[in-house]
Amino acid sequence: MFRRSLVTLAALLASTAAFAQSGKVTVVTSFSKDVTDPLKKAFEKAVPGAVLEVQNRNTNAGVKFLEETRSNNQVDLFWASAPDAFEVLKAKKLLAAYKPKATGIAEKVGSYPVNDKDGFYVGFAASGYGIMWNERYVKANKLPTPKEWQDLAQAPYFDHVSISAPSRSGTTHLTIETVLQGEGWAKGWRTTKEISGNLRQVTDRSFGVPEAVNSGQVGYGIVIDFFAFSSQGAGFPVKFVYPSVTTLVPANIGIVANAPNEAGAEAFVEYLLSPAGQEALLEPTIRRLPVRPETYAKAPADYPNPFKDKNLQGLLTFNAETSEGRTAVVDTLFDQLITFQLEPLKAATKTLHEVDAALAKKPNAQASALAKEARDLIAAMPVTDAQAASPELRAAFTGGKEKGARQAELEQQWAAFAKDNYAKAKAKADEALKLAR
Amino acid sequence: MRRSPGQVALAAAIALFLLLFLFVPVATVVYVAFTDRAGGLTLVNFLDFARTELFVRSFWNSVYVSAMTVLWSSAFALPLAYLTTRFEFRGAMLVQTLGFLPLIMPPFVGAVAMQLLFGRNGTVNLLLDEHLGFKIGLMEGLNGVIFLQAIHYFPFILVNLSAALRNIDRSMEEAAQNLGSHGLRLFRRIALPLAMPGYVAGASLVFVKVFDDIASPLLLNVKEMLAPQAYLRITSIGIDDPMGYVISVVLIGVAVLTMWASAQVLKGKDYATTQRGGGGLARRKLRPREAVLAYAIVILILMLVLAPHLGLLLLSLATVWSFSPLPDAYTLAHYARVLGDSSLYIKNTLLYSGLAALIDVAIGGAIAYLVLRTKLPGRQALDWAASAALAVPGVVLGIGYLRAFYGVKLPDGTPLAALWIVIVLAIAVRRLPYALRACYAALQQISVSLEEAAENLGATKARTVRRIVIPLMTGGLLAGFITSFATAAVELSAVLMLVQNNSDAPLAYGLYVLMQTPAGRGAGAALGVIAVIIVALCMALSQLAADRSQRARGLEM
Repeated sequence: MFRRSLVTLAALLASTAAFAQSGKVTVVTSFSKDVTDPLKKAFEKAVPGAVLEVQNRNTNAGVKFLEETRSNNQVDLFWASAPDAFEVLKAKKLLAAYKPKATGIAEKVGSYPVNDKDGFYVGFAASGYGIMWNERYVKANKLPTPKEWQDLAQAPYFDHVSISAPSRSGTTHLTIETVLQGEGWAKGWRTTKEISGNLRQVTDRSFGVPEAVNSGQVGYGIVIDFFAFSSQGAGFPVKFVYPSVTTLVPANIGIVANAPNEAGAEAFVEYLLSPAGQEALLEPTIRRLPVRPETYAKAPADYPNPFKDKNLQGLLTFNAETSEGRTAVVDTLFDQLITFQLEPLKAATKTLHEVDAALAKKPNAQASALAKEARDLIAAMPVTDAQAASPELRAAFTGGKEKGARQAELEQQWAAFAKDNYAKAKAKADEALKLAR
Repeated sequence: MRRSPGQVALAAAIALFLLLFLFVPVATVVYVAFTDRAGGLTLVNFLDFARTELFVRSFWNSVYVSAMTVLWSSAFALPLAYLTTRFEFRGAMLVQTLGFLPLIMPPFVGAVAMQLLFGRNGTVNLLLDEHLGFKIGLMEGLNGVIFLQAIHYFPFILVNLSAALRNIDRSMEEAAQNLGSHGLRLFRRIALPLAMPGYVAGASLVFVKVFDDIASPLLLNVKEMLAPQAYLRITSIGIDDPMGYVISVVLIGVAVLTMWASAQVLKGKDYATTQRGGGGLARRKLRPREAVLAYAIVILILMLVLAPHLGLLLLSLATVWSFSPLPDAYTLAHYARVLGDSSLYIKNTLLYSGLAALIDVAIGGAIAYLVLRTKLPGRQALDWAASAALAVPGVVLGIGYLRAFYGVKLPDGTPLAALWIVIVLAIAVRRLPYALRACYAALQQISVSLEEAAENLGATKARTVRRIVIPLMTGGLLAGFITSFATAAVELSAVLMLVQNNSDAPLAYGLYVLMQTPAGRGAGAALGVIAVIIVALCMALSQLAADRSQRARGLEM
């Protein structure tokens, strides 16, 4: 009742004078200047009197900022890619519900619902995850062109791949989660670790990956699509591919609870969803996939269209709740098993690549068996799917009062588990290599 | 010396400043390190720290990198400082100014420029690979961090050591020469020991700074060092665990310990000299062959330490620069793009860093005076407290300011933390240790007998400070101002948390925003070049002013 009357009131306000006199609208966003500047200009032109004040913070810092300043909130909108971050904000009651009035917006993009089912945030553009690479680098090093995630685990890619840590980048977290949901917990981690054995670096910023690929410091990067598209837009010699296990996830905007300028915030959301706002997404420096199907008619040739393209149909349904429930566990597992154990993991992987090469020349059953054992050791996980979502483990990361292990204790256990397994795997791989040669 | 009410009031005011703008904000964040999940007090988190292999490994990595960096920085700084102060060296001032530039490396772009030059597929390695068939891992692992840090932070030693060498009493050197000493021996036995306060001030700063630096290791993707570990844990979402803060406490502990140790090194020796004014070492003429050698050394060092800036300049003029020794083509478009925005950023940067550096020199000078010239109980604590700021990660300070001041509302409802002056205070607190060390070293070299003479002639304490101490400390105060100012101009981590308004944003923030996009790389570099040029100009001007005033006073004597 109350909410409905609020919505009506808001609609009334938005449709009358409030629209014309929006004043200052403050938005915290992880989007770069290249994205925000054109939209800011267009919005201020479309809504006279409105001034969009953009505060650029990365997703995590933005969430932390809203949390720290909630006692005296000065921010109207939160605007970022990762739906996870919005789930966190929603759970902390930092968002206000709002139902947009714009029509003609797709219900789903890929197989992901565009809007939050509880109405706390709305999708305005879609993005998918994939692999980008530097053509000059690939040519100079005579490297292959990848199609699937699994390709990156092959021998030629060793030491040429880059990813950002999922604990540091909302988008990478979604990529890992997509693989885990698409292939299942055990198989998904196996794939992740096999790719990770080929990593050159794990960066601590999402943008660190396209930056390294663009400047040719690494060959391949696991990135969100618009990093690749906007790099192409800026003239860098890079290419991008969507693997078949990917998901299209909407980039979102949500109105902050107790926003000082609610009417202005709503006006901006409506603008983003309007035909003009959606068309702005096609600009070379922005390159997001609009959620308004008709907008694609104005897109340049080769522009991916999730409503038409075959390879973007029937993708995996990404479950944001599953993801949110185990975010901290997945991130910490990645850090402890991969980021901080990268050297031993790479050492074992390198030897296994050599074993494969030797076996291709001269098959040897015993060596193959040893190599398989080594791979299983690398793939082994200290916790199961069910444990990862259990309240005990969650409590360790959220500072809950329940009894259980402290986060630091878990991390020590997991790190020790990984170190031990990788050392054993390396020993087995060495043995296999001796036999195979 | 007596305790005067003025001194007590001064000490109290400084203590209050540090309490309000350093300790309270930091405490609101760091107390988590001492609590368990139920909220009770505990030390179990520190036990966890000692038991976690990753943290212990990171700790020793940090110690190793910091120590090696001090070594390499000294190798860069000693020749430059010695040659420019001890000899008639044309372009000495240019060398001093250029040698200072590495300290003003704008965040992010600097990193990209370094990778493009020295990285795995940077200019150097691509050329080596093409012509000689091998690559060198200049930017790999811990050695890469040492390489970067030594280039970045050696100016701390250069500035402080040069100031100290200029302050040495010429008569000491002459006495040694009369006794038959000359050349290297003269330098080793007389000049260097007498310049020790400056060297130790610089070296201890380098050690602590490297120990606490987040940016350089992370840009090389070296995460297994202590400060990056703290940063990564604190800024990761959903991880409300105390370990990040435990590491912060350890970092603060190491910083304070280093400052204490450096005080111990100098303890019990007297570095003060009475001869002032146009003093400093006698400048010797270089013989032709020596001159060639000296210029070769200076140019070689400058080329190495200024390479990042050259890379930055190239990047700002490049269209596309990817996997090639040099950019594909050149353009001025990036400068055109940032010109509109940058005037506001520049104004804010100059205002913030200027104010912050003034606050730093005032407080730093006052603390140095209280510690070295008075017997106030607890004066040493002021020194250590201010130095501890060196070790507080910028994001901890940023979050602390938000927690402590965001709830405080002004009459019109805007939060106190939203005012730009809060950014100034945060920067001032973070850069205070630089100014403090410089002031401290400067005062250590002034003989107290000069002040006693003034007081014997009837001058009050305040008048003595104003007419004797401050003029004699000019060199050190200036070194402190410049160091604080220049580094404040590129400060990012605390600023990023506190900027609430584009119109209040400094250059570093504008740069950060640009550097998040592929198309923004060149523009970011252009903004970086503008920042470096402006800061360098300001430095050169203040250096010129100081030189002139010193020369004027020298003539009077």
